[in-house]
Amino acid sequence: MVTRVHVEPNSYFDSVALMAVAAAANRRPGVELVALVMGTSANLELLRDSGFSDERLERVGPNDLVIAVRASDEEMAEATVRFALDELRRSGPTHRSEDAVVFPRSLRSALRLHPQADIVVISVPGPYAPIEAEEALRAGRHVFLFSDNVSIEHEIRLKQLARELGLLLMGPDCGTAYVNGLGLGFMNAVRRGPIGIVAAAGTGLQQVASLIDWLGSGISHSLGTGGRDLDERVGGATMLAALDALATDPATEVIVTVSKPPAPAVAQRVVERLAQCGKPAVVCFVGTTPVVEGQVQIARNLTEAAQLAVQLATGRPLTELELPGTDEARARLTAERSRLAPGQRFLRGLYSGGTLCEEAMAILLPKLGAVHSNVPLRPELRLEDPRRSVDHTFVDLGSDEFTVGRPHPMIDQTVRIERLLREAEDATVAGIVLDVVLGYGAAADPASELAPVISQVRQRATEAGRTLAIVVALIGTRADPQNYARQRELLESAGAIVVPSNAAAAELAGALVA
Amino acid sequence: MSEKIGQLLQTTPEVINVGLDLFARAIREQGGSVQSVDWRPPMVEPAPQALPLFNDPRIAEANQEAVTRMMRAQPVVIGVARARDVIPGMTERTFLHAGPPIDWAHASGPLRGALIGAMLFEGFAETPEEAVRKLESGYVELSPNHEHDSVGPMAGVISPSMPVYIAVNAAGQNRAYTNFNEGIGKVMRMGAYAPEVIDRLRWISNVLAPLVGKALERSGGIDLRNIIAQALQMGDECHNRNKAATSLFYREIAPHLVECDAPASDIAAVLRFINANDHFFVNLAMVAAKVMADAAHGIAGSTVVTTLSRNGTEFGIRVSGLGNRWFTGPANVPRGLYFAGFGPDDANPDIGDSAITETAGFGGFALAGAPAIVQFIGGTPADAVRATLEMYEITVAEHEVFRIPALDFRGTPVGIDLRAVIRTGILPVIDTGIAHRQPGIGQVGAGIVRPPERCFVEAYRAFEREYLAERLAGTEPAGRSER
Repeated sequence: MVTRVHVEPNSYFDSVALMAVAAAANRRPGVELVALVMGTSANLELLRDSGFSDERLERVGPNDLVIAVRASDEEMAEATVRFALDELRRSGPTHRSEDAVVFPRSLRSALRLHPQADIVVISVPGPYAPIEAEEALRAGRHVFLFSDNVSIEHEIRLKQLARELGLLLMGPDCGTAYVNGLGLGFMNAVRRGPIGIVAAAGTGLQQVASLIDWLGSGISHSLGTGGRDLDERVGGATMLAALDALATDPATEVIVTVSKPPAPAVAQRVVERLAQCGKPAVVCFVGTTPVVEGQVQIARNLTEAAQLAVQLATGRPLTELELPGTDEARARLTAERSRLAPGQRFLRGLYSGGTLCEEAMAILLPKLGAVHSNVPLRPELRLEDPRRSVDHTFVDLGSDEFTVGRPHPMIDQTVRIERLLREAEDATVAGIVLDVVLGYGAAADPASELAPVISQVRQRATEAGRTLAIVVALIGTRADPQNYARQRELLESAGAIVVPSNAAAAELAGALVA
Repeated sequence: MSEKIGQLLQTTPEVINVGLDLFARAIREQGGSVQSVDWRPPMVEPAPQALPLFNDPRIAEANQEAVTRMMRAQPVVIGVARARDVIPGMTERTFLHAGPPIDWAHASGPLRGALIGAMLFEGFAETPEEAVRKLESGYVELSPNHEHDSVGPMAGVISPSMPVYIAVNAAGQNRAYTNFNEGIGKVMRMGAYAPEVIDRLRWISNVLAPLVGKALERSGGIDLRNIIAQALQMGDECHNRNKAATSLFYREIAPHLVECDAPASDIAAVLRFINANDHFFVNLAMVAAKVMADAAHGIAGSTVVTTLSRNGTEFGIRVSGLGNRWFTGPANVPRGLYFAGFGPDDANPDIGDSAITETAGFGGFALAGAPAIVQFIGGTPADAVRATLEMYEITVAEHEVFRIPALDFRGTPVGIDLRAVIRTGILPVIDTGIAHRQPGIGQVGAGIVRPPERCFVEAYRAFEREYLAERLAGTEPAGRSER
């Protein structure tokens, strides 16, 4: 193995272009890892963490392109650098500093052109994001801040500023929102309806909203807060502001709150506010069951949150609120189970959504005893090496350690496919759980990328005298641009068991090895 | 409960997208309205604790104050005097020059040529060789014009007995000085020092300057800002094109010249000289800009750039809130068109104080109003409009007085904000003459140039350090004035 670091000074490419080329470069034979990043300090640190050390990395800046390659030999590494450069130049304008200018180049100019704008969506790298967010707030605009790697000090300061100005700051690290019919970030094409959602968990929100749609009801608004909003230090600033807004919003009749387990004091405040909001409410703190009072109902998982909300909104009993395809999935799973070889006793979860991964682990933990992870529910369950699974292992492949210079699995399946192939070779593995999240912003056709690989690993398992159950939580609605039915069909004909609920997927997988 | 959040939930939001295009596409796919920003990473990664400086209202206030003083300064040229009699800090042995500080050893060809010319003009040397020997041995002290309330185009050399214009700020206290324009081609400011160059300087000194000085006194002073404002609507940008401004100045000064008690032949020679030199006004445009820029200098907490200047080796800038410190980097070579027989290999790196015009919101910043010279700078009228539009991204305000017909009379971009340069990576656009790299040859072309990034990066780091120190000390970093 050799490593090679190439620097192209003053050549800015946006991260999506870099990711697309990195994905292609990573598929080349003889290549172990290719990272294409701009030389920000955060990116450089991640490169070093990935084992790239080169003195030139000390001197690069945020406008310099860094191509880092680990490959079988010098020749391959060299060829891969050249390949990456050629691809980048072919794939679009490089924004060399002498290039013609495209307007506007700043938020200020954009606001001059579109003074009527209400909300600013920000997804620039974390170290710069607070600058853009503060400018938007001071210009009187609400903010949807997708960027992560924003320090908690900045988050606290910006949320304080938003509160003083009476504005909504969703994020940092806010993946999704839906305001009066318009989805922001990654969002599913849901029907309008009476249920309002506030969520500190992006894919959690998408799951709840999609299932509400499946169950025949709809969404008034769904507001994201960013994953850290319910931290003690942030104190639920955005969540409380959003709950107040939904409480007085005439279109909202039922309120759902979704979060990963919050700080207890903040949880208390949120639940109190819900109890006093005057509308029926459901709370889901994934993996925990808070003590609540008054009109507030507790959901154990995201699916139940959707069901309870629809029950409250429509008056239909829970027994009628079954999700489609569950019985069929159960039957197929039983068949898989009967074909397991002796020694096949572990589950692996390969997730793109962090909340969905945690929900699955929370469901499986009591059944399996221990679920190892890079985002573990208990500290002692942390994987020593996130790239190496141990017994029952569920990983969030959207975490930084997997996405440096490589596309997020919501956008591109490369990282997940590599891992899937590796897990499938392990004869102790009985089943693999995947989440596939559809909607605006997500990959155009994820099933087409995954299906051939699923077929292949199942075929190999059969040849080796065992089976390999693949359970997919397909998160989305029938109106999503990817065409839900077609995505399901592609995955099912490759042999996967597909359900619209992540909780159901986890329970099915649990039944496989219990 | 916030009213504004309530209102947001009653409307289908219109969106501005800063960052991944993916999200703008997702909104369009839903039929939503979105305006994308072509965002790029800043020139440097700011210190995390320093991010608030980019939106600090106190800095915005200080910048507004600076740019208001800049726009409202009212430069009036009132007369002419010998440099050593009026320029602060000028001695019998001081030669002023363009750009940041430099010594003979580091001076480029045209600056050396001009210094040789000044030695000959002052009678400090009989031959160029003698001049060089004396300059090498430190016979005269070199000092930047900008540190003496002065400016000069190209090499910008002002020696003690040269005549200079005096411009005052009728709306403030400050004054500024500049030398006389010699015409184009083989001239001292471009590094030429042949006998005819020195002879012309003597005629300027003995005939032109005294007469113009007398006429200016008779006129009671000529308002330069008015002339620039009009010229900007007549196709000048008052850096590389001064045809209209020179004509306007000629109309103002002619009657007063005629009324001077002087031989008709001298008056006619002066009028012919002005008429034959399309760049006669550029020195006046510069001295006006210097009056404006200095009015904006020294405001605590302000990130407005108050000097852009080059000495042919280095580019230097100064910032209103950072005192008189220079922040320098290697000067770039302009890109442009060359006179017949010359090419890029002949070009000297960027030189001259004339970028003071861009500093004050015209010159390259007003290119959209000067379609006639876009050929000269190697482009189309659309390029000129784009150049000006780009400058709005890095400036604090739109000029109250200088307006551009082609942009629906929008005010020119004025008051370069150091923070915006850092944030957008957009460098000021300067249109400029190109001098030959060898001394003694002179102008070989004209074109467009940008400052090196390093000036802005170093100025930013200095500002950031002060900002953080003041934040830690808990004092107010901005909003107070030193004046």
